[in-house]
Amino acid sequence: MAEALALELKGITKTFGSIVANKDVDLKVYKGEILSILGENGSGKTTLMNMVSGIYYPDSGEILVDGKNVIISSPKDAFAYKIGMIHQHFKLVDVFTATENIVLGIKDGRFNIKAAEKKVLEITEKYGFKIDLNKKIYEMSVSEKQTVEIVKVLYRGADILILDEPTAVLTPQETRKLFNILRKMKEDGKSIIIITHKLHEVLEISDRVTILRKGMYVGTVDTKDATEQSLTEMMMGEKIDLNITREEPVNPVERLVVDNLSVVKNDGTVALDNVSFNAYGGEILGVAGISGCGQKELLEAIAGLQVTTKDSSVIYKPDDMEYQQLVGKTPKEIRKLGIALSFIPEDRLGMGLVGNMDIIDNMMLRSYKSGRGSFLNRKQPKSLAEQIIESLEVVTPSATTPVRRLSGGNVQKVLVGREIASEPKVLMVAYPVRGLDINSSYTIYHLLSEQKKNGAAIIFVGEDIDVLIELCDRIMVMNSGRITGVLDGRTATKEEIGLLMTKSVEREDSNE
Amino acid sequence: MNKTKKHEPLVHIAKRDSLPAYKAWAIRATAILAALIVAGIITMLLTGENPLKVYSTMVKGAFGTSRRIWSLLQSLAMLLCVSLAVTPAFKMKFWNIGAEGQVLIGGLATAACMITLGDKVPNVLLIIVMIVASISAAAIWALIPAFFKAKFNTNETLFTLMMNYVAIQLVSYFEMLWENPKGSSNIGIINQATHAGWLPTIGNFEYLLNIIVVLALTVFMYIYLKYSKHGYELTVVGESENTARYIGLNVKKVIMRTMILSGAICGIAGLLLVGGTNHTITTTTAGGRGFTAIMVSWLAKFNPLYMILTAFLITFLQSGAGEISTVFGLNESFSDIITGIIIFFIIGCEFFINYKLHFRSSHKEVK
Amino acid sequence: MLATFIQRAVMQGIPLLFGSTGEILTEKSGNLNLGIPGVMYVGGISGVIGAFLYESSLAAPEDANAFLAISIPLLCSILGSLIMGLIYCFLTVTLRANQNVTGLAITTFGVGFGNFFGGSLIKLVDTDIPSISLTTTSNFFRTTLPFADSTGWFGEIFLSYGFLAYAAIIIALGCSFFLNRTRGGLHLRAVGENPATADAAGISVTKTKYLATCIGSVIAGLGGLYYVMDYANGVWSNDGFGDRGWLAIALVIFVIWKPKSGILGSILFGGLYIIYLFIPGLALRTQELFKMLPYVVTIVVLIIVSIRNKKENQGPQSLGLSYFREER
Repeated sequence: MAEALALELKGITKTFGSIVANKDVDLKVYKGEILSILGENGSGKTTLMNMVSGIYYPDSGEILVDGKNVIISSPKDAFAYKIGMIHQHFKLVDVFTATENIVLGIKDGRFNIKAAEKKVLEITEKYGFKIDLNKKIYEMSVSEKQTVEIVKVLYRGADILILDEPTAVLTPQETRKLFNILRKMKEDGKSIIIITHKLHEVLEISDRVTILRKGMYVGTVDTKDATEQSLTEMMMGEKIDLNITREEPVNPVERLVVDNLSVVKNDGTVALDNVSFNAYGGEILGVAGISGCGQKELLEAIAGLQVTTKDSSVIYKPDDMEYQQLVGKTPKEIRKLGIALSFIPEDRLGMGLVGNMDIIDNMMLRSYKSGRGSFLNRKQPKSLAEQIIESLEVVTPSATTPVRRLSGGNVQKVLVGREIASEPKVLMVAYPVRGLDINSSYTIYHLLSEQKKNGAAIIFVGEDIDVLIELCDRIMVMNSGRITGVLDGRTATKEEIGLLMTKSVEREDSNE
Repeated sequence: MNKTKKHEPLVHIAKRDSLPAYKAWAIRATAILAALIVAGIITMLLTGENPLKVYSTMVKGAFGTSRRIWSLLQSLAMLLCVSLAVTPAFKMKFWNIGAEGQVLIGGLATAACMITLGDKVPNVLLIIVMIVASISAAAIWALIPAFFKAKFNTNETLFTLMMNYVAIQLVSYFEMLWENPKGSSNIGIINQATHAGWLPTIGNFEYLLNIIVVLALTVFMYIYLKYSKHGYELTVVGESENTARYIGLNVKKVIMRTMILSGAICGIAGLLLVGGTNHTITTTTAGGRGFTAIMVSWLAKFNPLYMILTAFLITFLQSGAGEISTVFGLNESFSDIITGIIIFFIIGCEFFINYKLHFRSSHKEVK
Repeated sequence: MLATFIQRAVMQGIPLLFGSTGEILTEKSGNLNLGIPGVMYVGGISGVIGAFLYESSLAAPEDANAFLAISIPLLCSILGSLIMGLIYCFLTVTLRANQNVTGLAITTFGVGFGNFFGGSLIKLVDTDIPSISLTTTSNFFRTTLPFADSTGWFGEIFLSYGFLAYAAIIIALGCSFFLNRTRGGLHLRAVGENPATADAAGISVTKTKYLATCIGSVIAGLGGLYYVMDYANGVWSNDGFGDRGWLAIALVIFVIWKPKSGILGSILFGGLYIIYLFIPGLALRTQELFKMLPYVVTIVVLIIVSIRNKKENQGPQSLGLSYFREER
């Protein structure tokens, strides 16, 4: 490992209103190394790197590039110091071609797209990228877009590359390709910072790991001395003996029979491919998989929010009435049958909650229609809101505070609390603890177990495999829109699940 | 490439969490005050009068006589009416800037009834027909862009804007079709002799009916937005279409329904203007209210009760500035200039309510 | 007859071309400036004020110097529209006010400003001229190309306009070249499509928006100047400019944000605007129906574009939205 420091951060602090995103963070990056920044969702990794790339400006602290104290107040400054960041949400102009996006913002002599194209080709050949430079961004796959982003940063002569969760959207094959390219860059003397929360990737690709927890610097270790267990401990702060109480399902009854469920997206790609499974009342069915493998489409299809192909069937078997075919019903009708969906999207407020409305008004998003007349009844929502605030310990000035003003974890409690309050027969939750601290997460797990005890069939899409193993009765693994296996939660191992998540599915795109 | 400025940003802008209501209103009040001072200075430069006299002239122009107060109230009511009409659409984030045209179409339908049915049916029946015709005509007119927005996501700002001019030309056509007397190219007072289709006056107060109707509409709109299921739905659609779809709301239906309401109230405005006030129709019957209403509604944060205030402010300015132009012999467009300036200040001040500025004190040692 | 029609259509179209070119440039930066009608009024009246002051300072009309007679109104017009553009930018870009509301306020103000000075200019400077009729200045503006009169239909269609008409076409072509072929154009379009991306790429969003909107305003303002100095022979009449500003905004949609197509589009719109004059036997009132043609055509284009939903034919993606880097 080269010993020259490329980048150093000292005592960086950044707050957003009352939320402390980073507190007194230190970081060192050497030339010619790959550094991982590891931390849970919401631990301040991205915010920290956004300050290095000029998106945010730190409240206090120093940034040193090549040993010199620098001020980075805009992305332009960052480029001047040869720092480039590939954001998780790509910053590309949809209607521009790859080349146009790559040269965007550079002012070097006469404007000549052809000459620029040649220079871009040199870069792509050097590192082995495969892209069509004249393709428009909106016609590209996610992986192609990512390639454009990386080439864009290299074209600007970046020596320090920051990648924010680069593998979150990639297939295993694509990830392998990306890692090969990153290694080539490293050999070339570039410093690479990868923001991630995936342990195996950290161990596979990086030289050193810096760990953040709740916005604070925890420590840095050499990868060769680290194990999954040791990293997890640093990341979580304590030994992860989750200790979630899991009771045996009490006489489970078949509640949902999903058969041949398929979803084809607008762009023709298959999001859900012939999925069949059963869900039982009184048990928690976990769904594991790399994000974007069809989990969202699965839940949405059951909830009636996706158009399914014609052989699809979802039979709902309630105790008190006839069996119901859910395919073809409207979301509202499905909802009325007692099937609740609580999906925590990336921006939390996009679906399920309205940011500018207060907690009370958000409580009645699903139920406002009930009751006669054309006027709203805020009495019940109000008491529900107060009840949730109290029982879930939602931190808020009052029930009339707009949800937008709450912190992420509290927003989630409001959302999950509301879904559970409707006492659904089938409860579908996706990423309910995303970005939550440990305590709040446990509150949510507890709530789910409670529902299970009450006889609800719970479908739980999670990110953290440890949690799935401890919480769920059965775990269904998804991979590229298919089910690759259903395991018993009590006996399943992490390795088994990981294998099912990543084993390549024979597809037309396996052109390695 | 290596030339990088070594400076910290001097001013740093951050979004505010929230500001106590009284502070927000204090900022707005300051902005209005500042605007009035600027407007006063401009008037002074143009007329050479001292600003105090200018302001007193404005007040006199607005409240000088009971006739003026009534006329002020009438203008206020009409502007408020159109502002109420556009509000549900805006709250849904549907930029209906076609109120001008919708009012005109409502007015045109009213005039059509008065002209074709006047004296042929009993007056009560005629007025009922007028009400139905004006409301449904304007509602349909507003539904057209809403339909395309719902169906194909056609840009509603530009669509409704274009519809204004289609409406204006339609009115222009009918003005000539129904011209009276022949060759005058305008309609003149309809049913001057019989008053058929003229909306009744309450007591001796010519404008009282309009004012009462608009007040009732204000209360209705306040309740509709705040307490009705429809109002709740349109707010959800406006805040987040994604969430609306997630809870199974029929977004298309809500868009169309809301625009029908928006158009219907514009139709009422047209009815009041033609049947209750002017008893004729011209291309300027809406008088730019369709556009001014947008500012009124926006300045009031889409709250019908605050809209009484903002509509009052604009109406007062217009009539006051109108008085200034008469007294000091200036052109009547003077009021538009003053209105423009005040609005610049008010929309500008919202920034200081939503954001706060941090001045970096990196030059502390240079004291 | 046909030649006359085309010539008249072009005359009608030129103010629209100026307006739409300016608005395209503005919209490409993500600013939907509904203040363009007001800006065009201000551009017109500012030129009138300049010309009026210049003409009033002359002892006799014959003393007029061609250079001054053209450059003074031109500069005044540019200055007037520039200030309007700056106000719009300050409010929407720096203070992040709502673009629709700001634009409409600019229009209210601008139209009021034009009519106010149009109506009281004479009174304000205390002269005894009965009305503003700037024939001297106008004659300079209306000087046509040589051979316009001696080359028959060719001259009528191609040579019979004042210099501003040719300027409009050159500016439109220049804009088209700028937007599609230059680095500045690429950056400008990036800002309008996706300001966060442009910002991350080191392009100053604020500066780009200011520049595009102010230059756009100046170009649009020239449309007002052309209208009063050339089309209206130097006679200002209040509200004479009418709804041409809105028509210019309609034209932007009609040509799907392509300044080059704006040249033919403006002539087509101009033709639609006056076609009733060339259809014999139309009743006066039917003419009014014909006048709505440009708007109807625009609505149809708007609908077709949205139904086909082709990315390239849509307006800039972030049109109408203000940008704040630290939005979370």
